[in-house]
Amino acid sequence: MQYLVSVITDSAEPSTPEEMAAISAFNRGLQAQGSWVFAGGLAEPSASTVVDNRGGEPLFTDGPFLESKEFLIGFWVIEAADLDVALGIAAEGSRHCNRKVEVRPFR
Amino acid sequence: MSGAREAIAQAHSAEWARVVAALTRRFGDLDTAEEAAAEAFATAVARWPVDGVPPNPGAWLTTTANRKAIDRIRRESKRDDKEGEAVLVHDPSPPLGAIDDDRLRLVFTCCHPALAVEARVALTLRMVGGLTVPEIARAFLVQETAMGRRITRAKSKIKAARIPYRVPSTEDLPARVSGVLAVLYLVFNEGYLARGSSPLREDLTAEAIRLTRLVRALLPDDGEVAGLLALMLLIEARRPARVSSSGDLVPLDQQDRRTWDPTLIAEGHGLVRERLASGAPPGRYQLLAAINAVHTSAPTFTTTDWPQVIALYDQVMRVDPSPIVTLNRAIAIAELHGPEPALDAIAPLAPALSHYRPYHATQADLLRRSGRLHESRAAYDKAIALPGNTAETAHLIHRRDQLGQ
Repeated sequence: MQYLVSVITDSAEPSTPEEMAAISAFNRGLQAQGSWVFAGGLAEPSASTVVDNRGGEPLFTDGPFLESKEFLIGFWVIEAADLDVALGIAAEGSRHCNRKVEVRPFR
Repeated sequence: MSGAREAIAQAHSAEWARVVAALTRRFGDLDTAEEAAAEAFATAVARWPVDGVPPNPGAWLTTTANRKAIDRIRRESKRDDKEGEAVLVHDPSPPLGAIDDDRLRLVFTCCHPALAVEARVALTLRMVGGLTVPEIARAFLVQETAMGRRITRAKSKIKAARIPYRVPSTEDLPARVSGVLAVLYLVFNEGYLARGSSPLREDLTAEAIRLTRLVRALLPDDGEVAGLLALMLLIEARRPARVSSSGDLVPLDQQDRRTWDPTLIAEGHGLVRERLASGAPPGRYQLLAAINAVHTSAPTFTTTDWPQVIALYDQVMRVDPSPIVTLNRAIAIAELHGPEPALDAIAPLAPALSHYRPYHATQADLLRRSGRLHESRAAYDKAIALPGNTAETAHLIHRRDQLGQ
């Protein structure tokens, strides 16, 4: 079972070197225990572009699809047997990256 | 005929959780288990008065529910072939030695911290308690459709997010048990401090006690489970004295102690003594139970061992330093040292408890007792203006009007 662990923040401040080091160590742990699928950090929401090509003519809009005080700044995709395991990993992830995270199962 | 009806009621209270829990384990799906259990009981209602009560009602119900579940799965897999794709995960190895009981898995799944608190309460009452959705909706003053949706949404999350059907690991167990107890205490308080016009909801307090007894049977060595059961029993014991014939709430100092239930008190005291004898450091529920044991040991209000009550509140403050605990401790201080020191003790709580009715009611009472009638009236007005139980409102209005001009 795979879960998306989204990292949520209200500040576009990049991670500190200490936080980066903690995240790397956490990632190595995930890989070693076989929970790692993928992870990445994102640029701030102002760098995003919304694309809508449902009408045949692609429409490009500057900015995120939803303006909000809190936004996505990174994510993990993890492999976990059940939600208890996923929540345990997410709790560690939140501690290491020093941000709130949201856990959502893949369908 | 009436024998069959009685047997069904008894089987419902004794077997519902067992049937749902066993089916959930076998079929890996709460929906299937719930509906099959409900169908099995409906079949019993139709068959038992005609065919007679089976010699082993529990086994009959489980067998019937199993058959209903298989029928349902066959029906559904004809409709689409996706059956079995989202099956609740469970650990096939037996959990923690002696407590291999599916009902315990069911309790932990329904009270999982990833579910909203209202959902945990509703799901526990439905799946473990066997209350119907309309019954739960009525108890919480919520529309039936809204309550139905709440339960459906919780079940969908359990399935989609794979909340496991499992007793938590030893390291997670204390936190998870405390989550279960919070749900049970919430159900109890909903009955005891019922909102709106009914002063008490005996069905909810009774259900909370029944479920706590079940959890106690499943986790007999957990001190806080015993503590919560004792606390509920000692509060429930005073129920007959708590509301006057005219519907006013009767405060502790005016209750007729002869109407307290001696059987419940004896059981509650027994549990408190058992916890004391264990020598283990008591948690919040055990301490609150001990305070209630002091109250129920006193033959009259004035002979209450107030120093003991205050010492116990001091211990509660160490594990749960909340303004509400400070407020309750101040009430005991007033009995021992008079209303003035108690007023000093509650003064700093004003910002935190400005919307909490018992704060203003306590302040009003303390001001009244220290002769500051004008201020007391203002505090009563504030208390009465806040939402609460009607019996309590009646009592507060009565007290305010006794102040005179």
